[in-house]
Amino acid sequence: MNTVYFDNNATTRVDPAVLAAMLPYFSELYGNPSSMHTFGGQVGRAVREAREQVARLIGATPEEIVFTSCGTEGDNTAIRAALAAQPEKKHIITTRVEHPAVLSLSQHLEKNGYELTLLGVDDKGRMNLEELREAIRKDTAIVSIMFANNETGTIFPVAEAAAICKERGVPFHTDAVQAVGKLAIDVRELPVDYLVLSGHKLHAPKGIGALYVRRGAAYRPFLRGGHQERGRRGGTENVPAIIGLGMACNLAAANMAEENTRVRALRDRLEQGLLAAIPDAIVNGDPTNRLPNTTNISFKYVEGEAILLLLDQLGVCASSGSACTSGSLEPSHVLRAMGVPFTYAHGSIRFSLSRFNTQEEVDHVVRELPRVIARLREMSPFRAGSEAEAALGKPACACQGCGS
Amino acid sequence: MWEYTDKVREHFLNPRNVGSLDDANAIGEVGSLACGDALKLYLKIDGDRIVDAKFQTFGCASAIASSSALTELIKGMTVEEALKVTNRDIAEFLGGLPKEKMHCSVMGQEALEAAIRNWRGEPAVEHSHEGQLVCKCFGVTDEQIVRAIRENGLKTVEEITHYTKAGGGCGECVGELQKLLDAELGKAPVCETPLAAAPKKLSNVQRMQLVLKVLEGEIRPRLQQDGGDIELVDMDGTTVYVALRGMCTSCPSSRLTLEGFVEKTLRDHVDENIVVKEAAA
Ligand SMILES: Cc1ncc(COP(=O)(O)O)c(C=O)c1O
Ligand code: FES
Repeated sequence: MNTVYFDNNATTRVDPAVLAAMLPYFSELYGNPSSMHTFGGQVGRAVREAREQVARLIGATPEEIVFTSCGTEGDNTAIRAALAAQPEKKHIITTRVEHPAVLSLSQHLEKNGYELTLLGVDDKGRMNLEELREAIRKDTAIVSIMFANNETGTIFPVAEAAAICKERGVPFHTDAVQAVGKLAIDVRELPVDYLVLSGHKLHAPKGIGALYVRRGAAYRPFLRGGHQERGRRGGTENVPAIIGLGMACNLAAANMAEENTRVRALRDRLEQGLLAAIPDAIVNGDPTNRLPNTTNISFKYVEGEAILLLLDQLGVCASSGSACTSGSLEPSHVLRAMGVPFTYAHGSIRFSLSRFNTQEEVDHVVRELPRVIARLREMSPFRAGSEAEAALGKPACACQGCGS
Repeated sequence: MWEYTDKVREHFLNPRNVGSLDDANAIGEVGSLACGDALKLYLKIDGDRIVDAKFQTFGCASAIASSSALTELIKGMTVEEALKVTNRDIAEFLGGLPKEKMHCSVMGQEALEAAIRNWRGEPAVEHSHEGQLVCKCFGVTDEQIVRAIRENGLKTVEEITHYTKAGGGCGECVGELQKLLDAELGKAPVCETPLAAAPKKLSNVQRMQLVLKVLEGEIRPRLQQDGGDIELVDMDGTTVYVALRGMCTSCPSSRLTLEGFVEKTLRDHVDENIVVKEAAA
């Protein structure tokens, strides 16, 4: 069996058409888009086209697009731009389940003179708009709410949240890295000031992203330097990657329907197949309002890293919110914010599909994973109704983090 | 992805001694489902010898491999011998663990001790209730932390987290960890009464100091009487590399000197597991 790649929220395969579009810009067309000569000028034209392609996918104008080196840079640039433009305002609102690109920046800012309000989510990972309304203050400088969560796929009510902020005159940023290409997004109908996307989540290469800045929204460059990007981001453009991102946005528009039909059907087949075959498994996240490609399933009594490594033996790539894979000692901040019990959080596996996946691959995983789980459960001292599990109820453990 | 040794992978994919033992007379349990790893160790002890060992583990690959390694290590040992098995022995058996995963080997050692306490009819001690609770997030006590520092020669708070998990949650206890560490590192590491039963398990530094002391005080004077001498060259865990000097170098029975007198003296005074080797010239 070849590699079964079900980790598309981590990164995606570069579409062959994207690669083909990029290649000439490594070899023959190596000019600098800022140059005065025709040789560079033709590259400048290609960059302009790519900007139009990116803008078109989200309903923006090309002038509203700033190319960045990644999603993280886009998030950092947008938030810092809003803060720098309103130095007297010292309050930031975001959610507990943001990607670290937003969350760790916010926490850093909190240590440096800002007040931070982290909005919670319910057990399905959903935010409460009322809570947002109440959190907004006179000195709120920015509200940042992700479009869709990378771990669970839960989609946030960005249009409503942005409307609330607009009404109150507070700039609004959304990290749409997981949503662009999977969901139809049109900034003409979405009152956001800043929106961030990242190439490698939609079959463009890693290390390229784009920041949408609504015309009229406050802006300060994060990278100061040359006059590239109309002075909004210094640094000679990563031309091949920009060309690739443009092509990927074109393809995304063309394939959006497939993402929401065929890919969604594959995801559902995988999820239902696994839930039917494996007892004590639950889906994390909002079952209805969810990215079409993502399912996050917790298998009780077993640990995520062990599952991943056994899946790896079978050529299957996925990821986990378990402590052992997060590089920290605690399970994913997203699952914890949702109040998923630690007993489930440690055994969570995220499968994220793409249009390159097939039904055969789904069936392979549905066939093999039950054996993997059974094997690990056999090894585990815990099982349904076991004494050990009953003992969990007792406050034997002083670990407050355990939640037991 | 973690860089696991082939041995860790092999023991994870084909763990030895998985399951429960119906006729176990010693059972040790540590960890919990909630904490992310747990180990239940079953021993069958006949007389004072561990004749069989099995385990059930909930945890990541290195937790499973550490449990497997532990059972392999202790099968056939006497209880006394088994009590000398440290988390480092487990890690070494596996060709090393990623530093962030050392707590998996510590869990093995704790389960073993819990099982032996159980066999002796001593009350089971939850991982969290011995000594003063320092890390609320993971229920780690000062005793566990100090012990991990001593036995593994830990030098930083980060290392404490790798070995005990303490500090890996909210981070509130980090200051307390630093204090414990400072107290340990600042303290003179040489045991005043090395022969007393006290802490048998020594840190590298402690062991080195003690070896030096015994060499100076006991061994060199004896060899010098015979016109010989000895020098400590290096130490690697419990292996002591020495160079023989003076008369000893030409003495045909120098090997006997090493194995007999030097090793025995060090074993008596420092650690029963000491092996003395002649350093390569
Ligand atoms: C929601 C979200 N935001 C931001 C990022 C960061 O994007 P990049 O890797 O391009 O910096 C990611 C990617 O992991 C993501 O999933
Ligand atoms: S108290 Fe130790 S990490 Fe929270």
